[in-house]
Amino acid sequence: MSDYLLEVSHLKMHFPIHGGVFRRQIGKVYAVDDVSLTIKPGETVGLVGESGCGKTTVGRSILRLYVPTDGRVEFDGKNMAKLGREELRVLRRDMQLIFQDPFESLNSRHTIGNILEEPFIIHGIGTLEERREKVIHLLRRVGLSEQAMTRFPHEFSGGQRQRIGIARAIALNPKMVICDEPVSALDVSIQSQILNLLLELQQELKLTYLFIAHDLAVVKHISDRIAVMYLGKIVEYADADRLYENPVHPYTYALMSAIPIPDPTVKKKRQILKGDVPSPVHPPSGCVFHTRCPYVKDYCKTKVPDLVPAPGANGDEHLQACLRAGEISFPQ
Amino acid sequence: MDGEAILSVRNLITAFETEAGRIRAVENVSFDVIRGRTLGIVGESGCGKSVTALSVMRLLPKPAGMIESGQIMFQGRDIVTLPAEKMHEIRGYGISMIFQEPMTALNPVHRIGQQLAEVFRLHFPEMRDREIRERCVEMLQKVGIPEPNQRMNEYPHQLSGGMRQRVMIGMALAGEPDILIADEPTTALDVTIQAQILELMAALQAETGMAIIFITHGLGVIAEICDEVMVMYAGTVTETAPVADLFKKPMHPYTLGLLASIPRLENPRKIKLNTIKGQVPSLYDKPKGCPFQNRCPYAMRGCEIEPPALRQVGANHRVSCYLY
Repeated sequence: MSDYLLEVSHLKMHFPIHGGVFRRQIGKVYAVDDVSLTIKPGETVGLVGESGCGKTTVGRSILRLYVPTDGRVEFDGKNMAKLGREELRVLRRDMQLIFQDPFESLNSRHTIGNILEEPFIIHGIGTLEERREKVIHLLRRVGLSEQAMTRFPHEFSGGQRQRIGIARAIALNPKMVICDEPVSALDVSIQSQILNLLLELQQELKLTYLFIAHDLAVVKHISDRIAVMYLGKIVEYADADRLYENPVHPYTYALMSAIPIPDPTVKKKRQILKGDVPSPVHPPSGCVFHTRCPYVKDYCKTKVPDLVPAPGANGDEHLQACLRAGEISFPQ
Repeated sequence: MDGEAILSVRNLITAFETEAGRIRAVENVSFDVIRGRTLGIVGESGCGKSVTALSVMRLLPKPAGMIESGQIMFQGRDIVTLPAEKMHEIRGYGISMIFQEPMTALNPVHRIGQQLAEVFRLHFPEMRDREIRERCVEMLQKVGIPEPNQRMNEYPHQLSGGMRQRVMIGMALAGEPDILIADEPTTALDVTIQAQILELMAALQAETGMAIIFITHGLGVIAEICDEVMVMYAGTVTETAPVADLFKKPMHPYTLGLLASIPRLENPRKIKLNTIKGQVPSLYDKPKGCPFQNRCPYAMRGCEIEPPALRQVGANHRVSCYLY
């Protein structure tokens, strides 16, 4: 048995682009390109990056909602690609998903009671009476009253709907929950309620989280380790505090320095990246970040960097993918 | 406040006629905009910050939205009572506005150059086509668009979100306005692009001396770019202060709650975050008295009777709370 609950190795997800008169394949979107990731039981790994970096696709390929182009996903010692439909269905009890938009992810014609009862029905758990009790218990656990059972999703606010989404995800006592931008649609005062709830539930139910978000401050708050993605690749993967105190990859540093700090007395040195993220249809050669990197050298344009231990790091406590690691000192 | 107020809003009440009756989205809002400075309006969804801006522009959705009462003084004229055709003289020249989603604000079937030229043609009817084209290219350059000559011939969908927002800023600045209202201009953008746009806006402000009203829900952005801040909650102003005071000495329980709810990079991980219990009251049944009373940890007898007025608590620092 390995130490890891989830082991993703060399995951690739390339989406074909069809065009022309005969709808032939004319290109590929390199949404996820060679991503490796490990998660220990009970741990939270944050996956952070800007729009289009492939973080959501990683989450969905792990769940096999997309069939990956290449690579291996092992969950709880089982190779996901080898599982049949039925086995996959059973396994998904242990791996659940929370979505960003609780408006779209709840069926608007079903009552909350029905929505929360469904996982139990699908997996043939309990009698009608037992299921009802479980639903009430779930609602209370996420901070809603049992009156919610007979009401419909539109009667709830965004924060309450996210609570319902969380209740559904934890209904079957999963080992792991993939949270895909669970708080980015919420106002700050509600966001903190949901983050607190996720942390409480993790302690209580020994959950393992893959927490996908674009907000580095939120990710750092909840995660033990953080993987930073850029254009389909992980550029840095380290213990959360280490990443914050000692980033090695120039993209991680730029991402961190771009976050506006809610304190006007802090005037920090800002590193403002030039230009936009290139298209994942034609990712740059060599290091994918070289088109925007302030520290670029000629060899960055041709040589593809691997994810390797950062200078001075032990094993996998800090991995990074910059060819110039250790040579660069960032402005303080 | 030092400096000359170029826009003064007094006791603005904006209402919407809905099937369930008339609701007030903005209630008794007053503020000044100072030449060359940036006023931040911050608050959560539904607090009335965008409706305040749309009232100033007289762009409220018709026929449901209306300014019930109040004054919006700009260049010696009251925008509230100005005939519709006179507003054309103000929009674009006096006050311009940019929006959160530049894709919906740009016309998808016209080239960038055409859309920008249209603005110049409107503002400067005497200008010749050649000069207009030159001004367009110049403007695109000014807002930091690389290869402006080539971009002129492209369509909005060919530009990234950040580039589209730059085009919008260019269009808004074509008439050399005194005030730029920016309604969540960076909310749809990634942080690295947001940093670019904030830098651009600050540079343009330094160059032109325009005032900016910056509307956002992000306190980080407020700290970064604003001089004065107005915090709104459920259609009312809860606190206004110079930016340094608001973050150093926040006074309204809502401001305190908001500031404590934000996860910060420099804080220890997994600590319990402060929350504001419950949720914003619906505008349909706003409580009598202080709109924040049902979520306020300091609520006391009397909060439910009458809404508190904005009270002076320091130099240019005003709070609407019975604690002070």
